[in-house]
Amino acid sequence: MAEIVDIPEPSTSFPGLGVSTDQGLLQWISSVDHKMIGIMYLFVALFFFVIGGLEALLMRVQLAWPLMHFLGPETYNQFFTMHGTTMIFFVAMPAVFGFSVYFVPLMIGANEMAFPRMNAFSLWITFFGGLLLYFSFVAGGAPDAGWFNYAPLNQKNYSSNPGIDYYAMGLLLSGIGSVTTSINLIVTVLHKRIRNMKLNKLPLFVWMVFVNSFLLLAAFPSLNAALAMLLMDRQFHAHFFNTTNGGSALLWQHLFWIFGHPEVYIVILPPFGILSEVFPVFSRKPIFGYSFVAVSSVAIALLAFGVWAHHMFAVGLGNTVDSFFSASSMLIGIPTGVKIFNWLATMYGGKIKFTVSMMFAIAFLVEFTIGGLSGIAFSIVPIDWQLTDTYYVVAHLHYVFIGGTIFGLFAGLFYWFPKMTGKMLDEKTGKWFFWLFVIGFNATFLVQHLLGILGMPRRVYTYPDLPWYGVLNFISTTGAFLMGASILLLVYVIYKSMKRGKEAGNNPWDAATLEWATTSPPPLKNFDELPLVEGPRPLWDWKQTSAPEREKKEQG
Amino acid sequence: MEFGFLFLGQELGKGLILLQSITNPASQQAERINRVFNSFNIAAAAMLLLVSFLVVYICIKFRTKKGDSSEPLQTKGNTKLEAVMIGVPALLLAYFFYQTVVIERAVAPAVDKTMQPDIIITGHQWWWEVEYPASKVVTANEVHLPIGKHLLMEMRSADVIHDWWVPELGNKMDLVPNMNNYLWLDINKPGNYAGACSEFCGAQHAWMRINVIAQTQNDFNKWLALNQSNAKAPGDALAMAGEKLFQEKTCANCHRIQGTAANAIVGPDLTHIGGRQEILTGIMKNNEGNLYKWINHPQEIKPGAHMPDFILEKDSVVAIAHYLIGLK
Repeated sequence: MAEIVDIPEPSTSFPGLGVSTDQGLLQWISSVDHKMIGIMYLFVALFFFVIGGLEALLMRVQLAWPLMHFLGPETYNQFFTMHGTTMIFFVAMPAVFGFSVYFVPLMIGANEMAFPRMNAFSLWITFFGGLLLYFSFVAGGAPDAGWFNYAPLNQKNYSSNPGIDYYAMGLLLSGIGSVTTSINLIVTVLHKRIRNMKLNKLPLFVWMVFVNSFLLLAAFPSLNAALAMLLMDRQFHAHFFNTTNGGSALLWQHLFWIFGHPEVYIVILPPFGILSEVFPVFSRKPIFGYSFVAVSSVAIALLAFGVWAHHMFAVGLGNTVDSFFSASSMLIGIPTGVKIFNWLATMYGGKIKFTVSMMFAIAFLVEFTIGGLSGIAFSIVPIDWQLTDTYYVVAHLHYVFIGGTIFGLFAGLFYWFPKMTGKMLDEKTGKWFFWLFVIGFNATFLVQHLLGILGMPRRVYTYPDLPWYGVLNFISTTGAFLMGASILLLVYVIYKSMKRGKEAGNNPWDAATLEWATTSPPPLKNFDELPLVEGPRPLWDWKQTSAPEREKKEQG
Repeated sequence: MEFGFLFLGQELGKGLILLQSITNPASQQAERINRVFNSFNIAAAAMLLLVSFLVVYICIKFRTKKGDSSEPLQTKGNTKLEAVMIGVPALLLAYFFYQTVVIERAVAPAVDKTMQPDIIITGHQWWWEVEYPASKVVTANEVHLPIGKHLLMEMRSADVIHDWWVPELGNKMDLVPNMNNYLWLDINKPGNYAGACSEFCGAQHAWMRINVIAQTQNDFNKWLALNQSNAKAPGDALAMAGEKLFQEKTCANCHRIQGTAANAIVGPDLTHIGGRQEILTGIMKNNEGNLYKWINHPQEIKPGAHMPDFILEKDSVVAIAHYLIGLK
């Protein structure tokens, strides 16, 4: 490849460690390299994923049979609170950020993030936020009012252990990390793109991350305000949410869900971006409807701020308010749902290669459709009045968070692992992992729809022996352990592949975006030279142009 | 998928009449909701079948054949197809939005706040206070309601947010502190309908279950008349001892027994506790032995409940339990 675009080296922001020197752990801790930080984000996510998963397994043991005495109510309530909080804030978000900070610079032809040191700061503050949250277990008890922590249950008079104070502080800290990462990603995309890469030529993953960062910046202030008010209530006897002193129970719900619903999109848009890379590469075709996929993510980001009260249809806001939020929630379903057909159309007429990454992407299409359809059920207010706060919701949200976010992230892991390590993530054992995970996941959550319809509320530490409750819950618990086993297998596959995986080479998938133009793993300085970018698939375009044309372009 | 569940639900419903399910509606409100749930399930099942079919078809038809290394046709989009992809779901959703608005108005019409509600439910951690304002009857946990009447229920909370939900009777409604909510209910047929608090409300959220006993107007009136009366006087020496202990020990600080000096409203009203089917919102059958177990060691039976373990002699507990079970 000929030298076309000069990419400046990030000289000022180095910590002074040479490329070749291997300082072990110290090198990782002190690194400001976006690739090392990206990998550390992914390890943070995996670390908390294992913890949050163990909490879930213990909960499923308690629920395996009616009237079990495995965990008491206190422990159970702390576990389900920590499970939700962990999975959202310390698994989904770090995983999304991990892929974002690793691949956004690579995909736009940059050698670093805009603010490398802030990047490291974001990682560590997020990690410490998580540790602080978990410190609550030894400091008198973990938070126990659910991950959305409703008032006035979150007040000192109803939850007197310090868990909720740790919840508030932990989330405030990691929230700082999320906000700084978003700023960092926005500036990187705006400022660091390689010459000629207009915004309408961005790879869709970058585009989604870009839109997502704005979404995050707009959503987090509401959470942070609510958390600060909560801390004031608990520490200084303020009365924002304290209903015995005239505070409002519903104010917390509004503030939380103005953040909370966009948050759902925050953890699904980047996986949408990953899938929009994976489908074209393994179908050997460009994405179907690039503009629609890109623009609809903006529509989702805007609409996401007008749907929060669909979490509150049962609090008695009145038919007018409920109808408005019903309409807006249905509306946001359209740009979200139509993407499924964009991806199907991308596959249509292609030459599909069934790698593990593609298999997760294809499975996502079905799983996410189930989660999306049960989501539509909740936008129909009368159905919501029956099914909200039941196991039907538990099923729905797991089909969205696992069937959507996690499946997307696994597709990304198998797709990008060769780039990050230089080794292929073993496809053969990978397929075992895929099937085990898919079967376990569906066994766990499919039956929970039925439990909801049969009247089982969520967040109960035990239940009476009503018809079908025992057997359905037992199926669910069995599925959960299959999932647990599959995660063990995944950890083994990762370990084995890192040790003695097949060499990947620069571009094992024959993919079209710029991260595949450098070595695997990329050197500290990502690129020395790159081809001219003419569309969202620069390497493909480059391959298609004949040698004389290339020369012409280089001179022109 | 959804449709499959629904179908299964109905099949189960035929075999077990008492199966608690939103697909076995027993009130006009639940029937309306069940109808839209049915049509939603059909649309959702069609959508899921379409996606599943396309996934399978495309995966089989367009898999890479062995030895084929050519690249497929590079189509980038099709505006007309995209318009259809947006248009069809939009039309479906428009239909369901129309249904939403219609059913909202039918199930939850506006409430004239000057009206006296037929029944006032107050949520407590972790029991239900039930009041019939017209007859001044107060009871707990077991909610007797007449069938065939257009009932207005007022929902209040004494502490945190709770949620009233009886699947066969329709929509749920939150009980929010400092805010009165209302629920309309027209029950169609007599029976026992199980429900549960559906908003997480603390340690014993799981044991805040509801038992609605729907009765014909006649039976309901009889029950109401019985519960309007003062508590029965103790019938034997042991029960008399129990009454004395109830008033002298801490019981009377929290509980009310109409017609005696016990007049506190912190815990459930016990005036006619002997007539209830279950205690502790469904943890145990109501009998003398279980009352003994509960009073003897509340924190073992319902850990976290606001009734602490008392230091009482065994004889005292026996007497109190005997006294209470006699309060039919």
